Amino acid sequence: MIQEFRKIWKPCVIGLLWFLVLLWPMTGINSDGTLEFAKPFEIWLVVVAAAIVVMLLYSANKGGTLDGLYAPLIKLQKVISQKTAVLPNFVLIAVAVGFALLYPVIFTSRPSHDLAINVLIYISLGLGLNIVIGLAGMLDLGYIAFYGVGAYCYALLNIHFGMSFWVSLPFAAVFAAIAGCIIGYPTLRMRGDYLAIVTLAFGEIVRLILNNWMSLTNGPNGILGIARPGIFYPAFDGGLAIEHIYIRKLYMLYYVALLIAFITMICVYRLNYSRIGRAWEAIREDETAAELMGVNTFLLKLLAYAMGAVFAGLAGAFFASRMKFVSPESFTFLESAMVLCMVVLGGMASIPGIILGSAALVVMQEWFREFETYRMLVFGGCMVLMMLFRPAGLIPAKRMGRRSEEED
Amino acid sequence: MDVFIQQVINALTLGGLYALIALGYTMVYGVIQLINFAHGEFFAAGGYIGVLLLGVMGGMGYMETHPWLCLSISLVLTMAYCAFLAMGVERIAYKPLRKQTRLAALISALGMSIFLSNGMMLARGPLDQPYPLQYSSGGFEFGLITINNLQIVIWVLTAVLLVGLNILVFKTRIGMAMRATAQDKVMSSLVAISANKIIALTFAIGAGLAAAAGIMVGLYYGSVRYDMGFVPGIKAFAAAVLGGIGNITGAMIGGFIIGTVEVFGAAYISGEYKDVFAFIILIAVLYFKPTGIMGENIDDTRV
Repeated sequence: MIQEFRKIWKPCVIGLLWFLVLLWPMTGINSDGTLEFAKPFEIWLVVVAAAIVVMLLYSANKGGTLDGLYAPLIKLQKVISQKTAVLPNFVLIAVAVGFALLYPVIFTSRPSHDLAINVLIYISLGLGLNIVIGLAGMLDLGYIAFYGVGAYCYALLNIHFGMSFWVSLPFAAVFAAIAGCIIGYPTLRMRGDYLAIVTLAFGEIVRLILNNWMSLTNGPNGILGIARPGIFYPAFDGGLAIEHIYIRKLYMLYYVALLIAFITMICVYRLNYSRIGRAWEAIREDETAAELMGVNTFLLKLLAYAMGAVFAGLAGAFFASRMKFVSPESFTFLESAMVLCMVVLGGMASIPGIILGSAALVVMQEWFREFETYRMLVFGGCMVLMMLFRPAGLIPAKRMGRRSEEED
Repeated sequence: MDVFIQQVINALTLGGLYALIALGYTMVYGVIQLINFAHGEFFAAGGYIGVLLLGVMGGMGYMETHPWLCLSISLVLTMAYCAFLAMGVERIAYKPLRKQTRLAALISALGMSIFLSNGMMLARGPLDQPYPLQYSSGGFEFGLITINNLQIVIWVLTAVLLVGLNILVFKTRIGMAMRATAQDKVMSSLVAISANKIIALTFAIGAGLAAAAGIMVGLYYGSVRYDMGFVPGIKAFAAAVLGGIGNITGAMIGGFIIGTVEVFGAAYISGEYKDVFAFIILIAVLYFKPTGIMGENIDDTRV
């Protein structure tokens, strides 16, 4: 009993003392050099109280006092999993698709539409990055550059040549794919962390070029007045005429985003189970062995970059048309890190996992907006906690080995 | 020619600072194969604690009488603070993930980086915190070339720390234990080297070096900010990779190369694109030598 007690509470006390030692100089010394004792201790006592509550809950949970609370939940979960196990997969998918289609009808407020559009953009990005990281196993820290290329591509085509959204969309995808090949080519010989820093460097280079090439991109001021996507709308006044209108309503934009996200999902799903997808997974598990088995690693790795970039380019073009404004600030390293988090948090190479991960992170950020200045602090803390408790992601992929490089 | 020599002097200063930060990345990577994204935040915390301690000593009136003593005391205390911070961060965010995939630890490191930089913002506010300027005044002038006192201090400090680290790693028993852990954790634990202690020590040394760089950067540029760790952190990471990640000598060389490229690129080509040059050199070097200049695992130079 005492052993148990010490095992739980000793690290807790040490951790709190550690925190006090670190906290005091940071908050207890004023800028003019005077010392203050009340403020750091106030903060520390709040943290101590929180830690004690958490630890009490933890030990109560471990001791079995809370089992009564869990029992109905576990029972419910069992019933649900039994029922869903009988249902064929397509029913679940149909329910999800139906929900996605009816979403603007169920939730009618503007903020909820905004949130849903954001989630869909990040789902496209996350699934695109999943091709590079989850399937081909190449750590890419500059992924947001392709998103930027897509967004700027549509913005420039629209401003200078007046091209509409739907015409520009393939161009955005192609340009992003070319950018992917340019970045992919020199990195093909590298592995692991060398690849990570080079992709990070490329991402920063793209952002710096967007920021400094005043004559083309208007620098940090960004590009204003980008057109929304248009649709052809049948009008029935006096015979059938087809009118071209620009989308103004947010829920219509939601459907455009949904279309792009659906295309991405279907493509990534089909790729995952195709010959190419299996080759990518072979490269992920062991590159040398894959090459030995006749997989053309050079072409396939380049293809992985290009395919990942295509979906980022599509999402980027949509982002530009939705915001009607692009600036380099939207394409910082933090955004790359965010997309990476979605992929890892959801579960690498697992499509439902990534959808869930993207939705969770976007919604979480939205919730934390209420904390104002504490938002990013809480967000960073949550990232660490999630990794500590679910390191393989929310829904881990079924086919996932360990990289041979990692084993030693 | 005068301009050129002046730029060499600036490049040496900046390169030394990058080398100090890069060592932390490379040592941690050598021991547990983790890119410690929170390392830039250790550097920023060093800058903050340094200015606060100098402020306290200024308030007590010692800054006028013994300015260099004050600087050395705050330097030592700051290095201790950051070492302590890094050991705790390692224990909380990285140690439980040691058996998991490297990506999980990487995400945890990213989260820790966001957490720490925002924690500093909440504690000290989002504005620049000015450093005392008295150290950078005075120095030597040779015609048009000036070397101020601060640059000399940075050179001396960098040299002392780099040499000290080399002695620690290659000449002492602790260093031998560190190299053994980096090479093979199982075997080294069989000869009674505690991997946990060595890893904590590695984090502490790396963060201490970053803290020294933080104070020096604060003095050199005149102010610190909560998000100052990000860009130097990325460049120092680039320097570590450039030299061959996990390789101590490589990180020093890489730091000086990145510093030189940045200073000369800014002086002779374009100031706006100075970060681009550093990254392009990185990509070019890695294209021809995919494991960095010094290579990754040359015999036992790895820590």
